[in-house]
Amino acid sequence: MADFVTLVVAGLATGALYALTAIGFTLLWQTSQTINFAQGEFVMLPAFFMLAAMNFHLPFWAAIAIGFVLSTAILGFAFKKLLVDPMLRHGVLPLAIATMALSTFLKESVKTFYSAEASPFPSLAPDVDLHLFGVTISWQNVAALVVALAAVFALQYFLNQTLLGRQMQAAAQNPTAARILGVPVERTILYAFLINGTLVAVASLLISPVYLAKFTNGETLGLAAFVAAIVGGFNQIRGAIVGGLLLGVVDNLSAAYLSTQYRGAIPMALLIVVILFKPDGLLGRAEERTV
Amino acid sequence: MSAKAQTLIGLLGLAIVAAFLILTPLTLHRYGIYILSEWAVMTIAAIGLNLTLGYAGQVSLAQGAFVGIGAYAAAILTTHGWPLIAALALALVLCFAIGWLLGYPALRVQHHYLAFVTLAFSTLAFLVFRNEFWLTGGTEGIDGVPRPSIFGLSTTPDLRYYYFCLFVLVLAALGALGLVRSPWGRAFLALRENPIRAMSLGVDTRRYILMAFAIGSTLGGLAGVLYAPLVGLVEPPAFALTLSFDLLMMVIVGGSGYFAGPFVGAMVAVLLPEWLRFLETYYLILYALLVMALLIYSPTGLVGIVDRFVVRRRTKAASAARAALSASIERRAS
Repeated sequence: MADFVTLVVAGLATGALYALTAIGFTLLWQTSQTINFAQGEFVMLPAFFMLAAMNFHLPFWAAIAIGFVLSTAILGFAFKKLLVDPMLRHGVLPLAIATMALSTFLKESVKTFYSAEASPFPSLAPDVDLHLFGVTISWQNVAALVVALAAVFALQYFLNQTLLGRQMQAAAQNPTAARILGVPVERTILYAFLINGTLVAVASLLISPVYLAKFTNGETLGLAAFVAAIVGGFNQIRGAIVGGLLLGVVDNLSAAYLSTQYRGAIPMALLIVVILFKPDGLLGRAEERTV
Repeated sequence: MSAKAQTLIGLLGLAIVAAFLILTPLTLHRYGIYILSEWAVMTIAAIGLNLTLGYAGQVSLAQGAFVGIGAYAAAILTTHGWPLIAALALALVLCFAIGWLLGYPALRVQHHYLAFVTLAFSTLAFLVFRNEFWLTGGTEGIDGVPRPSIFGLSTTPDLRYYYFCLFVLVLAALGALGLVRSPWGRAFLALRENPIRAMSLGVDTRRYILMAFAIGSTLGGLAGVLYAPLVGLVEPPAFALTLSFDLLMMVIVGGSGYFAGPFVGAMVAVLLPEWLRFLETYYLILYALLVMALLIYSPTGLVGIVDRFVVRRRTKAASAARAALSASIERRAS
């Protein structure tokens, strides 16, 4: 039983990171119909910004700050201006393919210009285990869970309670009506990209101490984020959290109790079942469509 | 330019391309011939995906899995002493049937949801290739896939096998061209442009969606059957999700919905990285940059650039003709 609880908690911690990655993914989709196949690489990269800054003998906190600024500027602003804007009018697919190329570009660049090896990454949390009611949990997992949930709730608050957040929602739901009502739609889309750039830096900061910083880190993570986003509901921030946590737990449990060989199959089976029987996700609402 | 002159230019271009494809391998080394053969094989798979995606508008990230199914069918049967033609028949039937079944989700969901269902299918197929040791040889794969003899002529020499691939490519392309120009092709287009209007006009959308998947997948299987003897070794990583992504890229970069798109797209995906090899460690970085730059410049792909050029010339010629006509009318009136 204690094993089971440990597995669930570890799964929740992984799931929280999936959720963080998935939320940004969902945000981009909602505001601009961007399917970002490079989302996993977006999480991989900020850790290397921070490592590069530390190579200049900067303290960890300054490196983190630089990592966040660069991540928001490059993965948020530059990504939107250089790649998304010119292609936005031409439908979903060309842009999706371009982000696939972008993911190759980011991976290969890190491999060539930084290192092909896994680099150790300092942790925010102490590297000791927490013993609670006979259950062993690492502080890193606790930190991941707490920070991810805090980020998610902060975002949820921002979207629902602030004027800017509500403008963003309006722009996502009906750009034309929002524009008529005076919402600066273009700018809200840009904000979504900036938020994504920041969220991936948070995820990178949490995930890199656990898996070490490596150029291939994004591959499984990106895929997991898609699955989490779809299972939870592609058009709901809350859905991405539920999807992420569920996926993390299911993944961990199926690896332990079912089959390690077919570990990757369980999330995919979950994905197919959800799409076929509840296409809008567990928490999603139906998307209206025009004829 | 008259219609006759245009056909003449088209035929001339085709003849040049054909001469190039037939003659250049004579001057190439083994590796060059191998790369050209790979281009021919991948083009077949991309033609299939272009039917499903470019013409019928159904997004699929599973084409790589069908190439895998075809390749494994060929490898398993031929290493057990069956002729390749038997493997071909089995692979085509199998891919048609699985492709048909994969079309069912498309009846319920569309666009990105469909992309993710097919992506999940790809991942599951990869896991089966990797884990079912008794059938697929697991991670080691199946080695020593023999090349077939055609009318008693062995295709073991690389050049002969290349010509064989090229011949099959021509057959597949002609078949696809026939399909696109038939009422079926028009039904596919109707499906892509507006499924609801197509249905209200009496197009059996359900059947055409399933057929679009089944036919596209069958061409993927055909490519796989050719791939196995070409490489000789069939192992799981070759058919991971990356292949499906690559095939999708070929279709989009070449020009989705244009008949010539997959040929050009496969060139970009198969030949361009080889040409960039002189850059050594930087070649993939530059390759990815080029693909992004191309898509930013022309989201409708490489054939889209040519198409825009032709259309612009035609409108210019037409407006010039109109101006001349109205000028002559005015002159007569005055």
